[in-house]
Amino acid sequence: MGTVILLALTGLGLAALYFLVASGLSLVFGLADVLNFAHGLFLGVGAYGTWWAAGNLPGAGPDGFGFVLAVAFGVAAGTLVAILVELVLIRPLYSRTIEQVLVTVGLSLAGVALLQATWGADARPFPRPDWTRQVTGIFGAQVPNGGLLLIIAAVLVLGAILAFLRWTRYGLVIRAGVENREMVTALGIDVRKAFTLVFAIGGAAAALAGALGGVYFGTVSPGQGGSLLIFAFIVVVIGGMGSVVGSAYAAVVVGLVQQFVNYYGTSGLGDICVVGLLAVVLLLRPQGIAGKVATA
Amino acid sequence: MTVIDAPRAQVPDELSPQRGRWHRVRPFLPLVALVVLAILPYSTISLPGIFEGPVNSPGTLQLLAICLIFGGLAAGYDLLFGRTGMLSFGHALYFAAGVYGTDILVTRAGLPLWQAALLTVTGGTILAALLGAVALRTVGIAFAMVTLAFAQVGAILVARDFGGLTGGEEGLPLDVSGLPAGLVGVTNTVNLYWLALAYLTLVVFVVHRVSGSPTGRVLAGLRDDERRIGVLGLDPYRYKLVAFTLAGGLASAGGVVYVLIVGGASPHITSSELTLSLLVMVVLGGPGTRWGPVLGGVLYMYLDHRLTAFGTSDAVDNLPAVLSRPLSQPLFVLGTVFILAVYFFPGGLTSLAPRLTHLTRALRPPRRR
Repeated sequence: MGTVILLALTGLGLAALYFLVASGLSLVFGLADVLNFAHGLFLGVGAYGTWWAAGNLPGAGPDGFGFVLAVAFGVAAGTLVAILVELVLIRPLYSRTIEQVLVTVGLSLAGVALLQATWGADARPFPRPDWTRQVTGIFGAQVPNGGLLLIIAAVLVLGAILAFLRWTRYGLVIRAGVENREMVTALGIDVRKAFTLVFAIGGAAAALAGALGGVYFGTVSPGQGGSLLIFAFIVVVIGGMGSVVGSAYAAVVVGLVQQFVNYYGTSGLGDICVVGLLAVVLLLRPQGIAGKVATA
Repeated sequence: MTVIDAPRAQVPDELSPQRGRWHRVRPFLPLVALVVLAILPYSTISLPGIFEGPVNSPGTLQLLAICLIFGGLAAGYDLLFGRTGMLSFGHALYFAAGVYGTDILVTRAGLPLWQAALLTVTGGTILAALLGAVALRTVGIAFAMVTLAFAQVGAILVARDFGGLTGGEEGLPLDVSGLPAGLVGVTNTVNLYWLALAYLTLVVFVVHRVSGSPTGRVLAGLRDDERRIGVLGLDPYRYKLVAFTLAGGLASAGGVVYVLIVGGASPHITSSELTLSLLVMVVLGGPGTRWGPVLGGVLYMYLDHRLTAFGTSDAVDNLPAVLSRPLSQPLFVLGTVFILAVYFFPGGLTSLAPRLTHLTRALRPPRRR
C-alpha cells in the first residue's frame, strides 16, 4: 500500500511539473497558434535565474525567505525573457505559423547553447532548503518534500490561472480569443496585447517549473528543458490545445502512467506507454480531451 | 477529333527569362561538380583555415563524407518539408533506424554487410510506412507533434538499451571484422567518401525525378492547397504517405553509409535535435529547391565541425569572455544565423543569388542616353 501511495504522489509530482510547462504552451498555442519550441528555454532561464540569485543576489539564499526571493527572481527572469521573445521575435511574424515555429526552433538551439556557454554543460548542484531534502510520512509512504512542493505549486498555479481566466477582463478576452480570434479582433479588441500576456503567463509558469524542478531533481543543467518539453507537448495534445483544465487532466494521466509503468514494468516502458496513449487519443479523439476551448 | 493548337501567349520581353552567358553550360554544371567531387581525393592541395591538412588526408575526407551524407539527408527531408509542406519533427528516427539497424545486424547478428544494409533499408522503409500511416491522420502542427513523439520513442528505446542491443548511452561500435576490406581502416577513408558521394547523388537523382513526375506535381499541389487536390479527386493521404515513406527509406539508406563512415552508432543521432538541425539545413539552403537543401546540409555540417575549432582558436579566445564563450558554441552561432535567415532571407541561400543580381542592377549607375 505504501508503495502505491508513494508512486501515486511522485507521479503527481511529475504531473505537476508537466502541467506547469504545458499550461503555458497550451494557452499560447490555443490563442496565438504558436507551437513554442522555446518554452524549454524559459524553463532553463527560470532554473538558472534561481540558481544564480541564490548565490549572488543580496538577501537571497538557499534557505527560508531567501529561497523565496531567489525563486521570485528566477520567475521574473523567465517572464521577462518570454515577453521579450514575444515582442521582438514572434510579433513580426503573426499568422505565419511555419516561420514562427522555425524561429522558436532556432531560439531553442541558440538559447540552450548560450546557457551552456555561460554556465557549462555539466549539471550543477541546485541550492535548496534543507526541508525539501527530507521526506514526509503519508499513510505509511515516505514522500520526498520536493515533490509535494511541486504538487502544491501546480495546484496554486492552476487555481490562479483559472481565476484569472474567469473573473478578469483580460481572461475573458483570452477565452474568447482561443475560441474565435477573428471575432474578437472584429469587435475592436487588440488581441495582440493578450498574446503578450499569454506569453508572460506561460513564461512565468515554465520558469517556476524550472526553479521547482531544480529543487525536485537537485541539479540544474542546460538541456533539462528539452526533454521535459517533449512530454509537455504530448500533454498538450492529449489535453486539447488551448484548454488549461484539459492540460491538468492530461498531465495527471501522463504522470501517473509513466510512474506506475516504469516501476512495475521495465524502466522506460512508461515513457513508451505515454506515446502509445497519445496515438490512441489522436486516432479516437483528435481534438484532445477538452477540445479547443479555454474552459475556465 | 481535331486538335487545334492554342496560339502562343504573348510574353512581354521583360518577363521572359533572360538567357545568360552560361545557359548552354548550365545543365552540365551538376555533372561537372560531380566529377570534381569524385576526383577530389586525388589532389593534395591543402587549404589552410578551411581544412586541417591536405584535401586527401583521411581526416578531411571523413569530414567531407559526413557533410555529403547530411547534404543527402537534407535533400531527402526537403521532399517532406519543402516539396510537400509536411513539417515532420521525427525524421531522425529513420536515419537512426538505418544507423542502429546496420550496426546491430553486423555487430550483434554477424550478418554480412550487404544483407544487413538491404534488411535495414527495407525495415526503415516499412517503419516509415507504418508510422506515417498513423501520423498522417493528423495534419499541420499536430502532425509535427506526433512525429516528434514517435521519434522520442526511438530515442528512449536506444537509450534504455532494451535486450542489450543498442549499448545504451555509450553507443555501439561497429564490428569491422566481417566488413569488406575496402571499407575498413584509415587508409580506405577515400572509398567511404565515394560511397557518401554516391549516396548524395542517388538522393538528389531520386528527389529530382520524383518532383518532376506527375506525383511530384501532386505533392507540390498538396503543399500549396491541400483542399484543391482533394477536390480534384486525388487522395491527399496516399500521396503524403508515399512521400513520407520514400523520405524515410532514403534517410535509413543514409544511416547505413553514415555508420560505416563514423564506425559506430551513438545515441545522440536519435535525439530530436538532429531533426531540428535537418530543418535548419533545409531552411538555410532554400526549401523546395534542387540544390538548396544539399548546400545547406553540407554547409551546416561543415560549420558544426569547424566552428568548434574556430571557437577554441586564438582569435576568439582573445575576445572578451562575453563574446568568446557564446562564439565557441557552434549551435549558438548556427541558431542565430538561422533566426536571421528566417527573417531576412526566407528563400535560403539559393534565393541570395537572384537578390544580389537585383541589388547590383539597382546600384549600377544608369546608362547615359
